[in-house]
Amino acid sequence: MATIQVEIVSAEEAIWTGTGVMVFAPAEMGEVGIAPQHAPLLTRLKPGEVRVQQENGDEQFFFISGGLLEVQPNQVTVLSDTAVRAADLDEAQALEAQQKAERDLQDKTSKMDLAKAKAELIQATAQLRALQKLRQTRR
Amino acid sequence: MQMVAAAKMRRAQDAIAAARPYAQRLDRLLKQLHQSVDTQEQPLFAERAVQRVALVVVTSDRGLCGGFNSNLCRRVQAELGEYADAEVELITVGRKGRDFFNARGYTIASHHADVFSRLEFARATAIAQDLTRRFAAAETDRVLLCYSEFVSVAAQVPVVSQLLPIVPEEGAVEAADYTFEPGPEQLLETLVPRQVNFQIWRALLESNAGFFAAQMTAMDNATKNAGDLIEELTREVNKERQASITLELMDIIGGAEAVAQ
Repeated sequence: MATIQVEIVSAEEAIWTGTGVMVFAPAEMGEVGIAPQHAPLLTRLKPGEVRVQQENGDEQFFFISGGLLEVQPNQVTVLSDTAVRAADLDEAQALEAQQKAERDLQDKTSKMDLAKAKAELIQATAQLRALQKLRQTRR
Repeated sequence: MQMVAAAKMRRAQDAIAAARPYAQRLDRLLKQLHQSVDTQEQPLFAERAVQRVALVVVTSDRGLCGGFNSNLCRRVQAELGEYADAEVELITVGRKGRDFFNARGYTIASHHADVFSRLEFARATAIAQDLTRRFAAAETDRVLLCYSEFVSVAAQVPVVSQLLPIVPEEGAVEAADYTFEPGPEQLLETLVPRQVNFQIWRALLESNAGFFAAQMTAMDNATKNAGDLIEELTREVNKERQASITLELMDIIGGAEAVAQ
C-alpha cells in the first residue's frame, strides 16, 4: 500500500515523523485530505487539528497553531509555530490556559501583549476543540 | 553551582538542536518561493538609506558568567561607532545589557524583561512582530540582532547580524512545481515573518546555552583559583607555625642551657 512520509515540525522541536496513508490538515481554504502521490502543494494552515491515518488503522492526532503545509508526492510536511500531540494534551490545563488567555486579552493594553494574548487564546481554544474531537472519535 | 549550570547548558543545547529541523525546512521553502516571487515588492526586503537603525542586544539576566555579557556589549559599542551619523535605538533583552548601556548614558528604547526565566517561542514572536511592524512602517531603516553564539562550552562569540531588511540568499534550488494556495506572494508574506521570528528565537536559544556555558567556565575558574589560594595560604600558615615553634624551642633550649651553666 502506498504511503507518505509525514513530518510535523514546530519551531521548538520536531513533533513527529512517521508514515501514513492519509493526512488531514486544516488548510486555509478548508480541511484537506492528502493521499499518496498528491501533486505538489504549498498552502497555509489555520489553527486546528492534523490527523494522520496509518497503515495499521491507527490514527495520530496533532493540534497546531497554524502554519504551512508542504505536499510532495511522497512527503508531507506540516510546519507550525507550535504543535502538540493531542495525546499529550491535558484537558484541565487547556481549559485553564483558555481562561487565562481570555483574562489576559481583557487586561492587556499594550499592542504587543495584545497580539500575544490573542495568539494564546486561539491556541487554547483550538487545543480544547481538538481534545473534544479526539474524545468523540474514541467513544 | 557548576553542576547545575552544566545540566542547564545541556538542556539548552538540546533546544538548539531541536529547532534545527524547522530551520532547515523553512529555509528550503523560502528559497523555493524566492524563485517565484519578485522580492523587491516585499516590505521586509526594502533597502533604504540608513537614517535610523535599531540594535537588539541579547544578554543574560543574571551574572557570575565571566565576560559573557561584557564581551557582547563591547562588540555592540564597536558597532554603534559605525552608525555615528544615524539615529540609533537600543532594544535590550536581558538585564545585564540594559544595565551596561544605562550606566554609560545610552537611552534604551525598550526592554524585554524576564525572557529567559521561561523561554518560549511566543516571546520570540512578540519581539519579532514589534520589530517587523516598525520596519514595515519605515520607523526604522535597519534592524541588527546582537547576541552571543554558542560555539562551544569554552567559546561564546558575540555576533551582530542583520535582521531586517532581509537579504535573499543566493543559491539555486530545484524548483518543485508547486500549486501555491493562495499564491506565492501571500505565502512568502506568511513565511518571511516566521523566518524573522525564528532568527530571534535562535538568538535566544544560543544566548541561553552560552550563558550557562559561561557560568560553568566562570565557576570552574573560581573553584581553581580558590583551590590555588587555599594551597598558598596553607603553606603560609605552616611556615608561620614552624617559625613560631622554632622560636619557642630556641627560647626553651637557651633557657635550659642557661640553667645548666
